[in-house]
Amino acid sequence: MSGCNKLTESGRRFFLGRSALAVAGAAAASTVPQASARATPALARVAYPVSRLGNLRDLKVNEPMDISYPDADSTGVLIKLGTPVEGGVGPDGDVVAFSNLCPHKGYPMFYAADDRTLNCPGHYSRFDCEKGGLQVWGHATQNLAQFRLRVDAGGDIHAEGVDELLYGRHSNVLA
Amino acid sequence: MAYKRNIDRLPIPPRDAKVNSVVCHYCIVGCGYKAYSWPVNRQGGPAPGDNAYGEDMRGQLGADSAAWVAPSMYNVVRQNGQDVHIVIKPDHDCVVNSGLGSIRGARMAEMSYSTVTGTQQARLTDPLVWRYGTMSPASWDDSLGLVAEVTRRVIEEQGEDGLLVSAYDHGGAGGGYENTWATGKLYFESMKVKNIRIHNRPAYNSEVHGSRDMGVGELNNCYEDAELADTLFVAGANSLETQTNYFLNHWVPNLRGSTLDKKRSQLPNEPHAAARIIVVDPRRTVTIAACEAEAGKENVLHLRINSGTDLALFNALFTEIAAKGWTDKAFIAASTSNYDAAVGANRTTVEEAVRLTGVSAEDIRKAAAWIAEPKQGGARRRTMFAYEKGIIWGNDNYRTNQSLVNVALATGNVGRPGGGCVRLGGHQEGYARPSDGHVGKPAQNVDELLIGGKGGIHHIWGCDHFKTTLNASEFKRAYQRRTNMVKEAMDSVPAGDRAAQVEAIMRAIRAGGLFSVDVDLVPTQIGSCAHVVLPAATSGEMNLTSMNGERRMRLTERYMDPPGNAMPDCLIVARLAQSLERSFRAAGNAAVADRFQGYDWKTEEDAFMDGYHRHEKGGEFVTYARLRAMGTNGFQEPAVGLETTGAVAGSTTTGASPGVVVQGPAIEGARGREPLQQAAPNAGAIGAPAAASGGSERILGTKRLYADGKFNRPDGKAVFAATQWRGLQAAGKQAEKDSHRFLVNNGRANHVWQSAYLDQHNDFVRDRFPYPYIGMNPDDMGELALKPGDLVEIFNGNGATQAVAWPEGGLGRNQTFMLFGYPTGVQGNVVSKATNELVIPNYKQTWANIRKLSDAPEAVRHLSWKVQEYRAQT
Repeated sequence: MSGCNKLTESGRRFFLGRSALAVAGAAAASTVPQASARATPALARVAYPVSRLGNLRDLKVNEPMDISYPDADSTGVLIKLGTPVEGGVGPDGDVVAFSNLCPHKGYPMFYAADDRTLNCPGHYSRFDCEKGGLQVWGHATQNLAQFRLRVDAGGDIHAEGVDELLYGRHSNVLA
Repeated sequence: MAYKRNIDRLPIPPRDAKVNSVVCHYCIVGCGYKAYSWPVNRQGGPAPGDNAYGEDMRGQLGADSAAWVAPSMYNVVRQNGQDVHIVIKPDHDCVVNSGLGSIRGARMAEMSYSTVTGTQQARLTDPLVWRYGTMSPASWDDSLGLVAEVTRRVIEEQGEDGLLVSAYDHGGAGGGYENTWATGKLYFESMKVKNIRIHNRPAYNSEVHGSRDMGVGELNNCYEDAELADTLFVAGANSLETQTNYFLNHWVPNLRGSTLDKKRSQLPNEPHAAARIIVVDPRRTVTIAACEAEAGKENVLHLRINSGTDLALFNALFTEIAAKGWTDKAFIAASTSNYDAAVGANRTTVEEAVRLTGVSAEDIRKAAAWIAEPKQGGARRRTMFAYEKGIIWGNDNYRTNQSLVNVALATGNVGRPGGGCVRLGGHQEGYARPSDGHVGKPAQNVDELLIGGKGGIHHIWGCDHFKTTLNASEFKRAYQRRTNMVKEAMDSVPAGDRAAQVEAIMRAIRAGGLFSVDVDLVPTQIGSCAHVVLPAATSGEMNLTSMNGERRMRLTERYMDPPGNAMPDCLIVARLAQSLERSFRAAGNAAVADRFQGYDWKTEEDAFMDGYHRHEKGGEFVTYARLRAMGTNGFQEPAVGLETTGAVAGSTTTGASPGVVVQGPAIEGARGREPLQQAAPNAGAIGAPAAASGGSERILGTKRLYADGKFNRPDGKAVFAATQWRGLQAAGKQAEKDSHRFLVNNGRANHVWQSAYLDQHNDFVRDRFPYPYIGMNPDDMGELALKPGDLVEIFNGNGATQAVAWPEGGLGRNQTFMLFGYPTGVQGNVVSKATNELVIPNYKQTWANIRKLSDAPEAVRHLSWKVQEYRAQT
């Protein structure tokens, strides 16, 4: 009985299993009777809209801009951190965007500029905007949903995806 | 980057999804959850009529929504042989948590065994036996047959003292009334095993003997008392992280002032305000930060004592309150004894306490006033006293515990609304066993026996000493040496030759070897030394009953199958007992064989009826059918009757000492007329127990113990204790302190349940804590040239361990705080073997030196080292 081997194995299987899960969800969805034989088959992942959040020139270092994505009911913040971070975009690699609804109970969080964290007044959870939304401390069972960004040649910042389930939704994109 | 699941939608349970009541099987609070399960090929929809929640999920849900499900609350599991979707989400109708889910409990679904999603694949699925130099799968009959043969042979050669046992004694996962009864019946009724210990300490003893010996059971109030108190007094506990939803759902509302209406309504004839809170802790915790954010700094008093000096502080508070005349004289006269002697014996001036504790005189006097100064108009101040591992695993456990109960009794705060003197708890509780009187007091230090070469066989039930004991370095060395002797012996003869195997094992045992049998959910560290490993089922894979920190008993219904061939512990016990019976009978010892009869349980419910129902106080009223009907709210033990009969068993009891029942009328004259006391259900006369009808009538319980002013002593009076200060009590602690730089305080992190036995196999937690952290003062880190995340060694004469350094401004110079019981760095390695006189370990007062091992390992480079505590927006 080797705990180490087992650990490695469980990690690998977890990865495979969770990938399979998205497919399982899609399979379940496809069992819903279709109105027409020509209906578009369901996709494995939700289709995210591409939304313009703002332009690089609108951003001031460490001053969050209120945004929403993928729709108006899902609020978030767009931040130019001033130092490059993993997952940051823009010429300085320092622009990130996060949901600002706490993934514990959905309270809107505030940005603490002094340590670049999002903080929940409901139950005190804290998420690090410089570490991909890692929960510094808190009650959420996931790290904070980050919006995937792209910057175009004109400096416009576009959101095009989310990496965790957003609070308050069974699907990140609502029909 | 931070770990993300990249799950962007989840299935919705259809309207007809199956719903089961679930109580979180992790911490003492026992939050209510509901499990929704439905066939894999079906799903519901977001319209309110199309889902099991009856909620409209078509748009963005608001905060605190009852319908939102995080990915961690979802899985695909096996139920009656079929794969089903499952959602386990917090129950908004449970009075304990009101829909709150902690970072631990809200992962119950993800922490379940699933061959479909691959979660918890480390779970044990088959009995394993040491064969061919590795652990190999075996049948139950084969593995238990070997265990029974070796157990019998050891008992024949060494007597029952040759059988050493480690067994949980609690509720929740790896526990519960069914399983503690079964193990108790085996070791205390069929046998009289005396060399037995509990999961987190080296002997079979109470962590709170001190309180019990005074006549005060340790879980004597209800969670609502935290909403009613004028002052909360908390010592050695970090409740935001360790009793999370008790703190959030019952303390915080009082600190915010949002329970004022309830206070005025239940306690009408006295002034009320939002609660103030006193926290005794050598370090600043996230709990203190949260209290300040809610109540304002002016209503939070942090008594930052020198580690281990709680007793001196409590004696000074006792002395000060007595001197001011802020005691409850009528209560002391009617319900207690030995008050004057204790006041004399414990007299400690504020100045002495300042010298010992390091707390200012002003703060000590302020604490005394917050605890006991009468309110405007002369009404008695209601203070709830709560404590946990800082006291329990702290210096001079017995006396320190008693010195706090002294203060609670002197101020009349036991058995009354807004009061209580309670441990906060770790696990849920679930103790139902035959008498342990033969074990003795002090009990045997089983770890010392194991280290010292005593005994021949070790039965382990859900314990991992390698992670959660003191003196762990030496323990591991000795345990590996002794069990290896047996492994080598087993390897020397063919595995299939049972007779030769047993002879080889016995020869090794006679030479100082040890045969080890480990029953658990997952492979453990001590299990790596075992010769037989048996797979157990956990809560939800079996029906399981436990009680929480306010004695609230609920049934977690079975909602999924155990992995593979795993079984509930109680049924493993039954089969082991039957194997022992066969073994003794075959050996011609019918008299001993007969003692292992009475285990013909087919289900865990059979074990419950044999144990709790037949033997526990109030158990005659409690059945699965009734518990099922009472859902996640259950009732508070002890049961005193049914709704159809009214209260027929009035009493006061801790529930911890069956048979200790003090009868007599309530003495309202001495207690004042408490509105709740008049309505208390336990005011009825003692009567004949109601027959168990098998129906689903509601069970009547007991909101508070001792509401009638009678305590668990022969004369019904709680006895004040003499608790003089005697420095660092455990042998060698003062010398250890004097010769090492850093205090290695230790405890829990919010993310992690217990020893991470399941969390170590959860990607979310393993990503956050690949190694345990040790919080250090930033200036100390600077002196040692440590950067955040650097790997350090903590070492002293007891052993050494590792952790990654996390700068924490809330720690004083030369003080550290290390995550306890973690698999990749065991704090117990550096804890000395010294205990108190009743063999309670002293984990908290540990001193060691620290040196850098390496720069931050790759696994922690993506992590955040920012301060943990929350600060309100300015």
